[in-house]
Amino acid sequence: LPQGISIYVGKHRSALVRAGGGLATLRTRLQQLTQVMSFTASSITAALSDRVPDGQLGPDARRHLKSSLGYEITFSLLNPDPKSHAVDWDIEDAVNRYVQPVLDKLSLVANFSVDSQILYYAVLGVTPRFDKESSSFLLSAHSLPHVINPVEARLGSSAASLYPVLNFLLYVPERSHSPLYIQDKDGAPVSTNAFHSPRWGGIMVYNVEAPASHQASLPLRVDVDMVRVMEVFLAQLRLLFGLSREELPPEFLLESPGNEGLADWELDCLLWAHAVENIATVSTTLTSLAQLLDKIGNIVIKDDVASEVYRAVASAQSAMAELAAGHLHSAFQASKEAVTSSERAFFDPSLLHLLYFPDDQKFAIYIPLFLPMAVPILLSLAKIAREARQRKKEPTKMD
Amino acid sequence: GRAGRDALREELLLSPLPAGDVAATFQFRTRWDADLQRGAVSHYRLFPKALGRLVAALGVRELHLALTQGFWRTRAWGQPPLQAPAGAELWVWFQPTVTDVDKAWKELSNILSGIFCASLNFIDSTNTVTPTASFKPLGLANGTDHHLLRYAVLPREVVCTENLTPWKKLLPCGSKAGLAVLLKAERLFHSSYHSQAVHIRPICRDASCLAVSWELRQTLTVVFDTFSSGQGKKDWSLFKMFSRTLTDACPLASQSKVYVDISPKNKEKELLEVTPPPASLHEAIVQGDKRTYAVYDLLSPSLFNTSRSLNVQLKWKRPQDSSDLPIPVLHAQRYVSGYGLQTGEISTLIYNTHPYRAFPVILLETVPWYLRLYVHTLTIITKGKENKPSYIHYQPAQDRRRPHLLEMLIQLPANSVTKITIQFERALLKWTEYTPDPNHGFYVSSSVLSALVPSVIAMKDVDVEQSPLFTSLFPSSDGSSYFVRLYTEPLLVNLPTPDFSMPYNVICLTCTVVAVCYGSFYNLLTRTFHVEEPNRGGLAKRLANIIRKFRGVPPL
Repeated sequence: LPQGISIYVGKHRSALVRAGGGLATLRTRLQQLTQVMSFTASSITAALSDRVPDGQLGPDARRHLKSSLGYEITFSLLNPDPKSHAVDWDIEDAVNRYVQPVLDKLSLVANFSVDSQILYYAVLGVTPRFDKESSSFLLSAHSLPHVINPVEARLGSSAASLYPVLNFLLYVPERSHSPLYIQDKDGAPVSTNAFHSPRWGGIMVYNVEAPASHQASLPLRVDVDMVRVMEVFLAQLRLLFGLSREELPPEFLLESPGNEGLADWELDCLLWAHAVENIATVSTTLTSLAQLLDKIGNIVIKDDVASEVYRAVASAQSAMAELAAGHLHSAFQASKEAVTSSERAFFDPSLLHLLYFPDDQKFAIYIPLFLPMAVPILLSLAKIAREARQRKKEPTKMD
Repeated sequence: GRAGRDALREELLLSPLPAGDVAATFQFRTRWDADLQRGAVSHYRLFPKALGRLVAALGVRELHLALTQGFWRTRAWGQPPLQAPAGAELWVWFQPTVTDVDKAWKELSNILSGIFCASLNFIDSTNTVTPTASFKPLGLANGTDHHLLRYAVLPREVVCTENLTPWKKLLPCGSKAGLAVLLKAERLFHSSYHSQAVHIRPICRDASCLAVSWELRQTLTVVFDTFSSGQGKKDWSLFKMFSRTLTDACPLASQSKVYVDISPKNKEKELLEVTPPPASLHEAIVQGDKRTYAVYDLLSPSLFNTSRSLNVQLKWKRPQDSSDLPIPVLHAQRYVSGYGLQTGEISTLIYNTHPYRAFPVILLETVPWYLRLYVHTLTIITKGKENKPSYIHYQPAQDRRRPHLLEMLIQLPANSVTKITIQFERALLKWTEYTPDPNHGFYVSSSVLSALVPSVIAMKDVDVEQSPLFTSLFPSSDGSSYFVRLYTEPLLVNLPTPDFSMPYNVICLTCTVVAVCYGSFYNLLTRTFHVEEPNRGGLAKRLANIIRKFRGVPPL
């Protein structure tokens, strides 16, 4: 181990700890190690972040992607100026070489599907400022949230599937706005020239060098360097899933996981977080279904909806038992089945059936008949009651 | 490796119509040399991702969707290049690998309704039919099992800017460059006919037809007429029609052309003068006529030498007289007759104005289930004699489940009028099925006539890549006839509607009757009589006594 490093974490599930000093230092180092490789209070809060009231989360609470059965990843190349730049990217090769191994490793967690598109005349919604010192255009950090909305209309929603979409956009700025850099909060240009938005995706700006001579024929051919682009996108993918490595203490050294993109223990953390989130979702869904039934007594629950509810409850209980026993994979599978069953029960269209006899129609039919009949009867009952009371009071007044 | 190549061609055809109006047809054709398979990772460039994923995920072989506002008046305007019925029309051929066609059809109509912002989700089994003879595939097909075809029309659908915007979004250049800059909604909808369509079909990649390419055609036809534009003069120009001019071609297009139909109608002299003078002329045989077109190629550098924008102007050289109006060979008309709200009759008139050739026509009628057709009253009369169709396919309706489907192959003799009549009875609907009070009535969708019309001039086989797009819409089978698909008018019928204020009347009447009769009867039976002492009198009596005292009259 090199000097100054006391903990080396491998890419499977093992770590080497240097035992210098006494037992106390060893204990702190082991504590730090378990905090990194396993779960802490903050990771539990992050997993359940949708259910924690807003006041308890910190302002920087990371919002990772919600647990879902599948994700769709879309790579889009935005070329707002096709007259000046003829941009080509070898996306199919890049996906097969760089992205597919990561997705294969993550295939335990969810189903992934990847596609890509090229959009022309798609502009960012923000005009960048020209900076005289660096003679470049700058996008400040506070204008970044406004960039996404106008672009999203062109991206096209995934109409053919129900999975959430992760968008990774590569923007080649127009010739009149080149080069374009993104500024962070302190005003310095970001080294990777990219930013990501939690639960949505990431955007990277790819600057094209101006041609050496002014008489170069338009459009310029641009071949995108996919290695640089994929590095950034894969790092953003890890951030979106919550697998960041920012808060490591300085004595840690992590082994690089190579082509697969993530270590085994990171995958375990992700599986565990998703399993916990699934179980929480199941309990919320079934509780709201029960509350709905309490409020509206007219809903008819069919047999298959009932069996889905039973199955959801049984799967959730087995998932919790497996988690307690430490069998992560089977717990995750059980939690996925529980979520599927509970969603199917809750969103079943037969729950919305209008009954043939709604309440106001009952009133409309019976009141015109019974109200006029009931009024004289009630009045005479009242009169009889009054007379009986009077007779009881003065029993001797009889002639 | 590289994904398949794709290419975009865009084209605008301006054809003057006999009455002084002008029709503009835009076509954007994207051809993609790839095979859209289920589950394969696809990387899109010019072909829009939304439609590509739809075709791949649902196993669609051919898709044709048209949204139309207005009606093409065949008698006044001539044969249309591509007609669509008023409202929304969707017909789809599925791949043979699709097992549950109805489920895929329902998913497809819902997804398309989201993509195009149209209420296509109202397509269900009550307006979907499976034609057996019409709507053969327009692209590559090996074996046609008609159970893979579905056809539905929504005649009530209204087309507006909300539908144009997602249609424009599917174009690779959007509406920022090329011919699509002319598509501005406020001028396009100020017209008497507006039809936008999307056609997806597989085609042969080359002459040997060993591999399959996919073709997406987006067409938009709009007819500007002097009545709706409110101008007296009949001279047209791009600026007058679209309030825009063309400045450049789409950089992604491999071909971008404007064609203007300058065929001389009477073969003596030309009718139309076009400025700026065209760079070249193109001759083609379209719909049995030899026609001449002026061509403006937006990709040629010489076009924008003199001025930065291209504004094609059409001037009529001499006024038109009615003898110039050519009568189309095949046209049809449909109407409802009868009186009252119980029975009626649907009549269809089909005209064959060819002087000496007879040809067959396939008529497809879809009638909703609440008009109960009596098929034994179906009569087809030509020139006073009965005309027996050589093929009839009739599928009766099931209440609330399926509409009527009637398909017939009728031979039309030369220079004749054929009248097809069928009687129907109107049904009484359940009270939740009536539309709100201020309504048009109930729509019956247009019937479809498909025919191979014999042409006077022999037509050569058309090479799709070299010839203009408007000549390659329909595959030509042989050189002696051309394919025409016509739609008749949609019909409006009234159904017997009950009086919806009756529940209120019933409640009032019942309340009154019960209160008056029962109440007084009960009172009579149970009244008891007491002896009552006279009381001092209520407030009214005391007031009356005070007034009497003032008047000096003895109190009550």
